Amino acid sequence: MSTEIEPVEEFRLRAREWIKSNLGPTQPFDRTQHCKDDEEELVAVARDRALQRKIFDGGFAGICMPKEYGGLGLTPEHNRAFNEELAGHEYPSRFAVPTFNPCASTILEFCTAEQKAAHLRAILKGEEVWVQLLSEPGGGSDVAGITTSAVRDGDHWVLNGSKVWTSRAWWADWGLILARTNWDVPKHAGMTVFLVPLRAPGVEIQRIIRLNGESEACQEFFTDVRIPDSDRVGEIDAGWTIGTRWMFHERMGHNSPYVTYPSGMTLSAAQEDSPVAIARKSGKIDDPAARELIGEHRELGIVTRALQGRIAEAATKANKDMSAVDRLFRGVASVRRSTIAFDLAGAGASVWDEEEEAATDAIGMNFLMRQISCIGGGTTEISRNVVAERILGMPREASGDKGVAFRDVPKGPSRSQG
Amino acid sequence: MWHELTSDQQLLRDTTARFLADRVPLDRQRKNKDSATGFEPDYWTSGAELGWIMPLVSEENGGLSVSGRGIVDLSLIAYEFGRHSAPGPLADCNVVASALSDSGDEGHAAALEEIMTGSAIAACCLGAAPWQEPGESTISIARDGDDLVIQGSIKPVESAAQAGYFLVTGRSEGGVTQALVPASTAGITVKNLKAIDVSRKFGAVSFDNVRVPASVLVGQFGGAADAVAMQVRRAAVILSAESVGAMESAFAMTVDWAFDRYTFGRALASYQALKHRFADLKSWLEASHAVCDSAADALADGLPRAAETVCAAKSYIGEQGVELAQDCVQIHGGIGVTYEHDLHFFLRRVTLNRLLYGTPGDHRRWLAQMQIEKELAA
Repeated sequence: MSTEIEPVEEFRLRAREWIKSNLGPTQPFDRTQHCKDDEEELVAVARDRALQRKIFDGGFAGICMPKEYGGLGLTPEHNRAFNEELAGHEYPSRFAVPTFNPCASTILEFCTAEQKAAHLRAILKGEEVWVQLLSEPGGGSDVAGITTSAVRDGDHWVLNGSKVWTSRAWWADWGLILARTNWDVPKHAGMTVFLVPLRAPGVEIQRIIRLNGESEACQEFFTDVRIPDSDRVGEIDAGWTIGTRWMFHERMGHNSPYVTYPSGMTLSAAQEDSPVAIARKSGKIDDPAARELIGEHRELGIVTRALQGRIAEAATKANKDMSAVDRLFRGVASVRRSTIAFDLAGAGASVWDEEEEAATDAIGMNFLMRQISCIGGGTTEISRNVVAERILGMPREASGDKGVAFRDVPKGPSRSQG
Repeated sequence: MWHELTSDQQLLRDTTARFLADRVPLDRQRKNKDSATGFEPDYWTSGAELGWIMPLVSEENGGLSVSGRGIVDLSLIAYEFGRHSAPGPLADCNVVASALSDSGDEGHAAALEEIMTGSAIAACCLGAAPWQEPGESTISIARDGDDLVIQGSIKPVESAAQAGYFLVTGRSEGGVTQALVPASTAGITVKNLKAIDVSRKFGAVSFDNVRVPASVLVGQFGGAADAVAMQVRRAAVILSAESVGAMESAFAMTVDWAFDRYTFGRALASYQALKHRFADLKSWLEASHAVCDSAADALADGLPRAAETVCAAKSYIGEQGVELAQDCVQIHGGIGVTYEHDLHFFLRRVTLNRLLYGTPGDHRRWLAQMQIEKELAA
């Protein structure tokens, strides 16, 4: 067998031919991943599993994954070429994130050969959808402050606790979970990572209904769930080392070399009308005040992009913490932009006649959900701390958990009586 | 200003910075608040010798851009003007010089030479702005036989009392017209205005049936709209870069203050309420740098996005520059509103720059117009 790597351009041509004769055009839910109900969602999931299997059978799954686990053992350039050829075609969007990244990326980096053999090939064949079980109801920004516990019992561990904000866990198969295994050491030193099947006895999954009615996120409850020690990842209590890499992979998102998705695809939660279209619909297009709002909306878009470009350049030559400036600005600008859209839409964004076509309710819901841009993926408060402390060098916030055994870290209220 | 600077650009910027620190330090400006002109004539001619009014002028006309991207060079000079809160009509003189150079009209060569060397100051009388409806113009320019007749008034005009030339932009039948008129022309009256800036002076200029020969035309009669839009874009980049410089100075002195000032036994910099404010200010400052650089780049390279990016820069920096400076005052507390402190120089600068060459509202409406046209075309 030859050990030579196939040249990227040859691979590209081969991929182009295969994609053209095997994959149809992009489907609407590839982009938004939003289905009108659970039934449609499950159909989309089954179709994604079949698509992933098709890609595996076609010999194009896991382009950067090692051959011994069913991948192709090629380079990120090969993956990029495949993604470029995939543009405009259907693809298994539900496998991209979080299954391939950060889950498969983390499994590849930290799991034993046996664990990799058990899961990576199954993932590439579309048989296992993974989720990441990281955030907790009591956690929020303090990721390392988790309280889901795993207690050793012979060859097993017994898991108790709850994880939250897990996208689409209700139809997923497996989870990568961070649990506390030692309460007598400071918080970063007592965590361990496990692989957990989501249909194991003692796992209960509930849907979280967001205020706009959408319910893709879930909360999982673990009650005496027994995990064999063979499903432990890495050393006992060394979970934070894995966790930081895991979160690094997470930040890479769709840009990870392990993710296959069509180049140029912008993932947006909903197809939004432009402010000009909104103002036309509400009859405000000639109102000078509305014109100023339209201009401000555009202005913020332009400034956001310019700042992103500047920070991306800076990341390579200056302070890497500058990305917190970008995150903060994007969050705040996006909040302002949804307020502008809401104002331009007028009353129709708040009350509407169901019979009328082209309802503007999506703008109202976007407005009610607008703070999500300052919450999801790390709050703007955390980025403000990063900017002030790491870029401007201001003193760090006092913390109640530094050098303290996690058992003794205050976890609930103690309010002085006035 | 994070452009990758060439060594020539670096030199231009550093020389300007040293010159300004030496000639117009804030202590001197503070004392000179009652001076009628705000600066000495030789300050302007010496500055011109450093190349301040050459970057937008073509080489055939004696101009020079050290990088070949004039508006970028100029944004570096303007940034230093802002950082030092320096006086002088940098935007107007450059806009007029560029307009004369672009027109290619031999008849304006002498005036261009005077403006480039700093021996004459030129001021813009923008009586018909790109974001205005025809009915909103305040100056009209009509043809009468071989002559032009200028009627109307405009304010504020920077350094109007010192100006040797006015570049007048007015509404004509069928379009917009520009003319370069000597300030001494009969029928022109300049009235000094009070302004919130310490060292920059402004006037109101009125044209009472000013009759001039058609040779004063800059560009075609009734055909100057595109040239005016380009001039406004150049001025907007210069003023935006100035404001970014002023924001940088105000922010830097406020960060220093937060570390030096102790209250309740702690530095101000240790309070999360203030740290978060500083993070917001930093994000506005970085965003202002970014969009200003992006606008200068787009204009220098003649990119299709230039028009929109310049509007976005002028409105964003206009709005957020003032908010940043006011928040710096707030964080300073009482000392921040004293004449003795340096902070007010930068607050004044960004506040006036917000107004000149279009307010955020003006530029947003202009931006909206472009957006509407773009979506109609699509």
